[in-house]
Amino acid sequence: MTDRSSPLELEQADKTFLDSNELIINMGPQHPATHGVLRVILKLDGEKVLGTECVIGYLHRGVEKIAENRTYTMFNPYVDRMDYVAAVSNGLGYCEAVEKLLNVEAPARAKYIRVILTELNRLASHMLWLGTHALDIGAITPLFYTFRDREEILKIFEKYCGARLTTHAFRIGGCQYETYEGFEEDVKKFLKFVTPKIDEYEELLTTNRIWVERTRGVGFLSAADCRALGVTGPVLRASGVKWDLRKAQPYAAYSDFDFEIPTGQNGDTYDRYIVRMQEMRQSLRIIEQAVGKIPDGPIMAKVPKVMKPPVGEIYHSIEAPKGELGYFIVSDGSTQPYRVRVRPPSFVNLQALDQMVRGQLVADVIAVIGTLDIVLGEVDR
Amino acid sequence: MSEETKAPTPPPSGEPKDSAEKPNPPSVEPVPAKKPGDPAAPANPAAPGAPPKAAAPHAPAAPAKPTGPVPELWNSALVATLKRQYGSGIREANTYLGQNCMVVDPSLIPEFLQVLRDQEQFDYCVDVTAVHYPQREKQFDVIWILYSFARNERIRVKTMIADGEIVSSSVPIWPAANWLEREVYDMFGIRFEGHPDLKRILLPDGWKGHPLRKDYGIIQQDNEWVQINLGIESGQ
Repeated sequence: MTDRSSPLELEQADKTFLDSNELIINMGPQHPATHGVLRVILKLDGEKVLGTECVIGYLHRGVEKIAENRTYTMFNPYVDRMDYVAAVSNGLGYCEAVEKLLNVEAPARAKYIRVILTELNRLASHMLWLGTHALDIGAITPLFYTFRDREEILKIFEKYCGARLTTHAFRIGGCQYETYEGFEEDVKKFLKFVTPKIDEYEELLTTNRIWVERTRGVGFLSAADCRALGVTGPVLRASGVKWDLRKAQPYAAYSDFDFEIPTGQNGDTYDRYIVRMQEMRQSLRIIEQAVGKIPDGPIMAKVPKVMKPPVGEIYHSIEAPKGELGYFIVSDGSTQPYRVRVRPPSFVNLQALDQMVRGQLVADVIAVIGTLDIVLGEVDR
Repeated sequence: MSEETKAPTPPPSGEPKDSAEKPNPPSVEPVPAKKPGDPAAPANPAAPGAPPKAAAPHAPAAPAKPTGPVPELWNSALVATLKRQYGSGIREANTYLGQNCMVVDPSLIPEFLQVLRDQEQFDYCVDVTAVHYPQREKQFDVIWILYSFARNERIRVKTMIADGEIVSSSVPIWPAANWLEREVYDMFGIRFEGHPDLKRILLPDGWKGHPLRKDYGIIQQDNEWVQINLGIESGQ
């Protein structure tokens, strides 16, 4: 930390009769509540946070450099390793971006399969978030419940493409695999199974006094701050901005479905919890509509075996579980991308941490890291 | 609905303008692709850009010609207003695959972005990034991807700078640019003037070089590490 002796902290700190000296401590990188290898340097006055600095990059693998040394097809599995709890979303964004660059469109059947799998993945991601977030705050039971139910989603993925987490479910131009026999029944059975489970989570937490006390008013972020900091996803919506890329700039087959954008008003940790819970229900609604009417037809568009997109550049983004996930791809007409830039939602959202925890307590930092729903694989890439 | 969501197939109106901006394929690393299915490619109608021959490394404009989409001039009220204000400071404004992009002079940078935010409601800075073209005199494209909630519209603002040239930071305009610019500095070595805390973000402080430059070879880096730490010749 460089600003150890900067003058501002003594003015800002509430002077106590014990000690008003600041203390600098490290949280992470090996700390279970940082959800990976995030290191936060905290400047404290007693229990009160005066400022933070995030140190990231522990999981940096140079995904963007790797992309420049692979063909478009070869790079496809790598994107799953960024946000590894929502690998399907990553793949969808990348495949759609390259399709745009190639000027091809996935067939309707592929789009429906994509929507179903992506929404299942959103559910899985939110379940993992809920379990770990609640665990951080002190509620252990939700973790067992959400992991139990998330397992059902992973089983569907496994049956569909053989992988549970880094699925690589989609290909540029459509899907690699036709749905397996009984896919629709499995998904329908899952919908019936999971709806009461979400009620169960809400029963455990929504009116739980400890949960409410720990989350209400914690980590406040106003709508204006969200815009200025580029924060997207459920965090933005909990601050009252009704913005979802699935509605604002529909991709895949999202324009065919009827669903709401849940929003909050207070922009605190509790509202973000409520928004994500409602989003899970909306995802179920989308899957329910999609699974009954998957159109017939091919699952792959006609794409060349050797992909050489014309010279040009494209930016395409999707609403990943964490926020806007964008791919900026520059093609030089060869088989390898000239440049791939990933705009990761977790990375940009994490920037808001400092503003959200200033003036709050150390224990709230844990709650705020949880509520931002970051995945370090995506922050560091 | 914004331009992004349409699937436009613009007629090839032949605007051959941004040839300066078209990258020559970098000859830094040999392309390992052997093109196993090359004869199949030209027969396929869905591959407008696929050239029948192998990618000739020094004919950059040729492959995109036949039927593929071509960047068109971007005419809109926004461009007209800005052009009135900045004249030739806006080098070009074009649309490619329904996405709008403006290339502006680097000297305009903080002010132009400020105007976009304050007057044109581009209040969300989606991304700041860069692309390296080592063959060009102005080696770097610095790109801001902006979005307006009110207009539901996305634009890219691009400026070209030489190696070592300094761009003005956009952090005073959008605080979101803070880490994004740090990442550009980390990966490309582009300095942003007025950035509150310009230092490496993803790589360790003592890292040598800037990996996303085209002349930064991954193999050399790996070999060096292996030689020093494992005492063997090559890790590959």
